[in-house]
Amino acid sequence: MGNRRYSMFAVAREAMRFHAGWERAWKSPEPKKRYDVVVVGAGGHGLATAYYLGKVHGITNVAVIEKGWLGGGNTGRNTTIIRSNYLQDPSAAIYEKARGLYEDLSQDLNYNVMFSPRGLLMLAQSEHEMRGYKRTVYANNLQGVETRWIERNEVKDLVPIINIDGPRYPVLGALYQERGGTARHDAVAWGYARGCSNMGMDIIQQCEVTGVRTENGKVVGVDTSKGSIDCGKLAMVVAGHSSVLAEMAGFRLPIESAALQAWVSEPIKPCMDVVVMANLVHGYMSQSDKGEMVIGGGTDGFNNYTQRGSWHHVEETVRALVETFPMISRLKMLRQWGGIVDMTGDRSPILSKTPVENIFVNCGWGTGGFKSIPGSGWAMAELVAKGEPGPLAADFGLNRFIEGRFIDESVAAGVAH
Amino acid sequence: MSHRLSTGGRLIDRKKPLSFSFNGKSMQGFAGDTLAAALLGAGQTMVGRSFKYHRPRGIVASGVEEPNALVGLGQGDRFEPDQRTTTTELFEGAVTKSQNHWPSLEFDVGEINDKFYRLLPAGFYYKTFMFPRFAWKHLFEPIVRQSAGLGAVPKEADPDRYEQAYAFCDVVVAGGGVSGLAAALREAKAGKRVIVMEQTAHWGGRAVVDGGQIDGHDAEGWVRDAVAALEGMDNVTLMTRTMMSGQYDHGYIVGYQSVADTTPGDGRPRHRLWRIRTKMTIAANGAIERPLSFYGNDIPGVMLASAVRDYVVNWAVAPGKRTVIVTNNDDAYRTALALLDAGLEVPAVVDARDNVNSALIAAVKARGVKVMTGHGIAKVKGRKSVTGVEICRQAGEGTVVNEIACDCVAMSGGWSPIVHLWSHCGGKLNWDEANAMFRPDQTRPATGADGQAMVQIVGAANGDLGLSQIMGSFGIGAASEEEAPIEAVWVMPAGAPPALRFKSFLDYQNDVKVSDVQLAAREGYESVEHTKRYTTLGMATDQGKLSNINGLAVLSDALGRAIPATGTTTFRPPYTPISFGAITGEARGELFQPLRRTPMHAWHEARGAHWEPVGQWRRPYCYPRGNETHREAVNREILNARTNVGLLDASTLGKIVVKGPDAGKFLDMLYTNMMSTLGIGKCRYGLMCNENGFLSDDGVVVRIDEDTWLCHTTSGGADRIHGWMEDWLQCEWWDWKVYTANLTEQFAQVAVVGPKARMLLEKLGGMDVSKEALPFMTFKDGVLGGFNARIYRISFSGELSYEIAVPANEGAAFWEALNAAGEEFGVMPYGTEGLHVMRAEKGFIMIGDETDGTVIPQDLGLGWAISKKKEDYLGKRAQARSHMTDPGRWKLVGLETLDGSVLPDGVYAVAEGHNPNGQRNVQGRVTSTYYSPTLGKGIAMGLVKHGPDRMGEVLDFPADEGKVIKARIVDAVFYDKAGEKQDV
Amino acid sequence: MLILHCPYCGVDCEEAELAPGGEAHLKRFGPGSSDTDFEGYMFARKNPKGVHFERWRHAYGCGKWFLAARCTATLEVFGTYKAQNSVPHPDVIAAVKARRPDWEGYK
Repeated sequence: MGNRRYSMFAVAREAMRFHAGWERAWKSPEPKKRYDVVVVGAGGHGLATAYYLGKVHGITNVAVIEKGWLGGGNTGRNTTIIRSNYLQDPSAAIYEKARGLYEDLSQDLNYNVMFSPRGLLMLAQSEHEMRGYKRTVYANNLQGVETRWIERNEVKDLVPIINIDGPRYPVLGALYQERGGTARHDAVAWGYARGCSNMGMDIIQQCEVTGVRTENGKVVGVDTSKGSIDCGKLAMVVAGHSSVLAEMAGFRLPIESAALQAWVSEPIKPCMDVVVMANLVHGYMSQSDKGEMVIGGGTDGFNNYTQRGSWHHVEETVRALVETFPMISRLKMLRQWGGIVDMTGDRSPILSKTPVENIFVNCGWGTGGFKSIPGSGWAMAELVAKGEPGPLAADFGLNRFIEGRFIDESVAAGVAH
Repeated sequence: MSHRLSTGGRLIDRKKPLSFSFNGKSMQGFAGDTLAAALLGAGQTMVGRSFKYHRPRGIVASGVEEPNALVGLGQGDRFEPDQRTTTTELFEGAVTKSQNHWPSLEFDVGEINDKFYRLLPAGFYYKTFMFPRFAWKHLFEPIVRQSAGLGAVPKEADPDRYEQAYAFCDVVVAGGGVSGLAAALREAKAGKRVIVMEQTAHWGGRAVVDGGQIDGHDAEGWVRDAVAALEGMDNVTLMTRTMMSGQYDHGYIVGYQSVADTTPGDGRPRHRLWRIRTKMTIAANGAIERPLSFYGNDIPGVMLASAVRDYVVNWAVAPGKRTVIVTNNDDAYRTALALLDAGLEVPAVVDARDNVNSALIAAVKARGVKVMTGHGIAKVKGRKSVTGVEICRQAGEGTVVNEIACDCVAMSGGWSPIVHLWSHCGGKLNWDEANAMFRPDQTRPATGADGQAMVQIVGAANGDLGLSQIMGSFGIGAASEEEAPIEAVWVMPAGAPPALRFKSFLDYQNDVKVSDVQLAAREGYESVEHTKRYTTLGMATDQGKLSNINGLAVLSDALGRAIPATGTTTFRPPYTPISFGAITGEARGELFQPLRRTPMHAWHEARGAHWEPVGQWRRPYCYPRGNETHREAVNREILNARTNVGLLDASTLGKIVVKGPDAGKFLDMLYTNMMSTLGIGKCRYGLMCNENGFLSDDGVVVRIDEDTWLCHTTSGGADRIHGWMEDWLQCEWWDWKVYTANLTEQFAQVAVVGPKARMLLEKLGGMDVSKEALPFMTFKDGVLGGFNARIYRISFSGELSYEIAVPANEGAAFWEALNAAGEEFGVMPYGTEGLHVMRAEKGFIMIGDETDGTVIPQDLGLGWAISKKKEDYLGKRAQARSHMTDPGRWKLVGLETLDGSVLPDGVYAVAEGHNPNGQRNVQGRVTSTYYSPTLGKGIAMGLVKHGPDRMGEVLDFPADEGKVIKARIVDAVFYDKAGEKQDV
Repeated sequence: MLILHCPYCGVDCEEAELAPGGEAHLKRFGPGSSDTDFEGYMFARKNPKGVHFERWRHAYGCGKWFLAARCTATLEVFGTYKAQNSVPHPDVIAAVKARRPDWEGYK
């Protein structure tokens, strides 16, 4: 059942026979009649949920079903930024849990996800922003998240290509997370998929959920394009399509789906080793290991399921970045794309029980999904396994919208990528 | 060895030689050359190194699909990496450098990767570099990063300018080949407003190279006539050097025009970005030839057959002296004829098809060329250039049957329609088995706002490859040779063993080989998206224009699946890369965003104001004098306002008039306070919450007459609050009779603050500003010192204070008059920081400091501003929720350090223990903190759990470097608690 | 990049002239309403993949709010109407039905 371990030696051994001996990274079975847990959505969050269900809670009779291809949604469409410099305690806890798991994820999964803690800066370009980031630093220090405030000259040292002198919004300093960075997004999905498959879980792609079956207010199974599947528990982890799935189960979520865009330049030699976010002017950029400048844009303000965003957001962000990094003006945009993000009422995620017994929902990560994958999966697995949220998920329940107990991250930064 | 032919060349002007350099070597070309043509003409066949294995690479194509021949172009601040030589026009003095090698193009250390190619298959990095843990970041990634990347890094800001333009039309035609021109003529004659975009500098596309008869003319003549006809029509705009970059929703088009690329520094914009709304797009941008996958198909000198033909016919450049042609279709035979016509040798045409015959093949045979049907190439020989080919049976495993010496290989694997523009907004494709291509499904186009098709596709882009077929679709007669059918060939030879497949390249730039795609399939990366991402197939700067179809055919074959079941990756804009400069347009530097200036802006600037951006406004933070630090300047300004008189430019404050019979009722809903009962001539401080209960803005409301109120908002909030008012008036209470107007920029406003404020105004004269005539929290209209003025007796500083509004166009003069009149009273301007400190000394909250979107008025001790009499106001219901009424909410207090120091911004007060997530428990935080020059010590405001009930308690605030600052909970009003100074 | 017709000033607006305002026809619940009703009003959103009734403001134009019926899966616009309607305008309902015969109707 287990897949051969990956290593330099395995690659060398396979090289002798033209790599003819590699097995499938994950199996692609037909669904069984019943599983203890069915996870809907084989993106990073769904796969991580399944992985930690097996690894931490010993639940391996699990299917992860996916209407398209695993990792084909937002997991494969984001700008791969990993950080945990959040202001509010619940956010800092789950994002730092995720960041910490990323540190060892390649070894844990035996799949190199290329976590690169190259450092992440959030530029302060107004007095107000500066105060907000200083506050975040103090909060982070008490939350066990290592961040610090750095002055503008240190910003320039870390990012030689930056223009710190304005003219419109001079850089006053930055919130710096030295162990923030990036990872290879596809590899995260593939690594978790391989890990799940090795534990005997079924990853069923091209399998669309068409209905949710309940009896006496309790979930009993799902109808899919590959037939009916019974389950003890159902975890909905489908990001932008959460509302559609919730509708099948008979409830509504505080979610709206909108397009978020990203794009890359043509590749150039390494010139920026850190991730830079300029929230005041709405732009952020990092350089991939291939050499492309990876850029994220703003979210469209209207409901959209098309994975195509509006052009004016591209112009706004590129302007902000040309202002911040004047040397990119002569680089060229190679490719733009969009994803559908699920935005909640307070822009923080939902990890929660639902009105239907044994249905659990994990959604609303909005623009912050990729960085949270391991922590989200960890907390969701605990919620599904125990039926109640653990400390990481406790504050992210749906009841917060009734109680008025929001987790608002826009406090410190205008955007929450 | 390539060279320039002595005659011919449709596009070059031999009378205009141009000099340029490549890797420091001086070379010559002609006007009309592309850089690629000039390089080939100068004998430069090797032009770059590949991404992963650093293999020597030459020019493959003659257009946008070129994956190899990218150079760094220009020098200094005009340097541009990754410039595609096949689409860059040559200009005098062009400086070019090849990329991705060290120390030189000819000798590249990175080539060692090629020796270890077996250790570096697709995705090898996912399986390796994991141990020890730190090694990826510190050891392996730096190596990968250093060896990856392609072009060199521009170092300086771009001196060129860029332009953006808008246009509206009925039809955009993308592509100026014969199908595009025919489409444009059809639409233009029907009276439509037509824009035609052609990405090159020339009209006619392939037909003018390939020949044929259209409507009784030769192709070139027909094109000339068609362009002339279109030029003569007022409803037609023709644009060359303009590439349709993307089709966006609802008929939005982005076009990318090269204006001054070949004349750097001539003052014109370098690029122009067109944003066009069109009712219909007609994609007519042709097809791209596919390479064939055989061993060594990447060695410099192996080129697309059509490209070889282009270089000979358009630029009189011979890519080789002896060219072997390898094909699976008839079109490549045209290359044989073109080469023969130019007096070049064609030792053989190797055709993978068995028993094939046609007029074209017969014509080539008739010229004495050996045609080897049923054969393929087993290997290309050579390393930095082609020296020969080994021939084998296509059906076999590569047993060599023949060897032919040559210096060029022209290959054709068939043609792929360019379906990008069709697909950008969701147009669908079908697999055409007979022609081995994906072509548009005309029944499933991209749809627009009305749900109807917004993109049409014609010509080769639609999969119509023959000239007669293309022109026939427009009802125009045309003649071209009948062709024998193509036979799909994805790997050559069909049974190629691993040793061959490991050197058969699909994606040249990213070094993806047939073996890599097969490996991906074997490992379960069976979606085309998985394979693309696992192998990097199609992710290079050509975005798979050459490689994608071959790659997915190999993938389908490996999975035993039909090609349409595999499908394609998504086509995304831009069609070819476009500069960030063009996307930016003029919006850079000072024009990056609109700058809002108050009428007194120039005065502040002249006095050396240190600016603070507040939204798009600039406000003086302070006015340093001499060698003063900002801190010193702020202290001076505050002390002066507290002892003499200070002036604040408060013009940025929002000023919204709310008027009408229901205005009072409306403001009662908008503010937590009761505003309908405010007396005429009176001022009242008001709070606004959003429907979620959180405090969103504050300001002084004044009642001007029975029906009219003026609402002051924060500087940053004016537009937002005005929009908020309109939202409720239009969408919820549309039957209420209320009118609003945002007059923020219609008035300049000055706060005259300090014990001598009254004296100053009295000196100006014209209005009675005594306590009796103008009591605290009232206002009066009049003429002050000759200015039409409205004076509000309000104070945000705790001092005797007047805020005076004058018409904006009189603002600067009024400000000058105040300064002049105030000289004898020691008047000084003060900035935003002085404003902040003085309000904190008085314990006044500041939106954005004490509030952050999570704070309700009840948290700030502002319960007095919440009317108990009102049944409803926006936010009231929200504030009744359990978390909002929780007595444990943090509440506003003052904080004083025990040692008089200034608490750092944003510090938290810790509580005992940790929460279940291991985070230190906290019980409060600092919201504002300043050095108070008035009191000579640090003062702060903060939100503390049960704060108001804990006066005198000392809290611990961990600060920097392990230091813990102790601060006592005190009343938030530090200065003049009784309010005696402001009400005099 | 959407184009929506402003029913007030009659202009076909560019998306950049418009400010989106979320789901239309929400019923406001104020003081005295139940927790569930209030939460529903504030947060529960239909967010359909398909026909959506939504608010737009011609912010950089006439300044008026209007409502639109639009498909979130194809971006097709079925019609726009003035904001002073508590339920979808019958003409727009008819226009949606004409284009989407399977549509369940406004709920």
